Amino acid sequence: MKKLVLFIPLALFLVMGAFLYKGLYLNPQKLESALEGKPVPTFELETLEDPKKMITNEDLKGEVSLLNVWATWCPSCKYEHPFLMRLARQKLLPIYGVNYRDERALALREFMREGDPYTANIYDKDGRLGLDLGVYGAPESYIVDHNGVIRFRYAGPIDSKVWAETLLPMIEELQLEASKDQSS
Amino acid sequence: MRVVIAFLLTLTILLCGQVVHATPVDTYEFKSMENQQRAVALAHELRCPQCQNQDLVDSNSPVARDLRLEVYKMVDAGQSDDEIVQFMTSRYGDFVLYKPKLESKTMVLWLGPFALLLIGLAIGFMFIRKQRIVPEQSQTLSKEDQKQLDELLKQSRANEDK
Repeated sequence: MKKLVLFIPLALFLVMGAFLYKGLYLNPQKLESALEGKPVPTFELETLEDPKKMITNEDLKGEVSLLNVWATWCPSCKYEHPFLMRLARQKLLPIYGVNYRDERALALREFMREGDPYTANIYDKDGRLGLDLGVYGAPESYIVDHNGVIRFRYAGPIDSKVWAETLLPMIEELQLEASKDQSS
Repeated sequence: MRVVIAFLLTLTILLCGQVVHATPVDTYEFKSMENQQRAVALAHELRCPQCQNQDLVDSNSPVARDLRLEVYKMVDAGQSDDEIVQFMTSRYGDFVLYKPKLESKTMVLWLGPFALLLIGLAIGFMFIRKQRIVPEQSQTLSKEDQKQLDELLKQSRANEDK
């Protein structure tokens, strides 16, 4: 019994060591979204393409979609753009853009030069929707299910690795869920 | 001469005062002094989600600026601290709180240090008690040992006397 007591410090050390070792490989920049499992915040904003046309959170319902927060001032968004173009050509799901704290003219010029991968774009000039979404840096992407509920948030540029390993499997699962809901 | 020095001193103090107050608060007009104090204190307790070890007042990032102004606006609108904290955590998660909430999942965080202190005290206490007992035991000699010791002492004294 007395000898066992002597091993307590070693046990404590091992437990702490295990936690700290794990901590070495965590990314502190990766934050859990508080909105996963909650509906997309209500909004009614102009579309980027046409100031007279309004878009609301109701428009995101009905289909599993990708909501992508971007801006022309964001270098990582430029990096992500070609991948979104490829994605748009595959027509797997609608991609909604949130043009976050940006200028309409600059954003439209960007589309002329680089192409427009989005089904529609929400023009969030003063960043209110971004704030409600808990955006802390562009680009950020949200997977929204057919009921308009946010199921996953990915912060950072999407590339083929993230897409294939994380986002696509989740989207396929949600699309299956959606088709089940529709048939029943 | 004295007047000039006094003037320069006053000027320096005034300038220093202005430097101290040159926080981003200046760009926002509060309805009252109390509101300003409450809002700034609250913004100091909230963490910027982007530049992770700065609070909302310290940080220059656009997100921190937005959130800071939001806090100021909400305070001026008469919302309570709890409502504002709720607003922030519902969007950015518990991460934005510098002072974590007391919940079942944060128990280790809050009570861990006390538990470690108790363990430390217990170990220390055990060591001290052990050390106290050991000398007592060595002091009580058996009768035979005592006799032997007495004889040895006698002999050595006898030797010294010679």
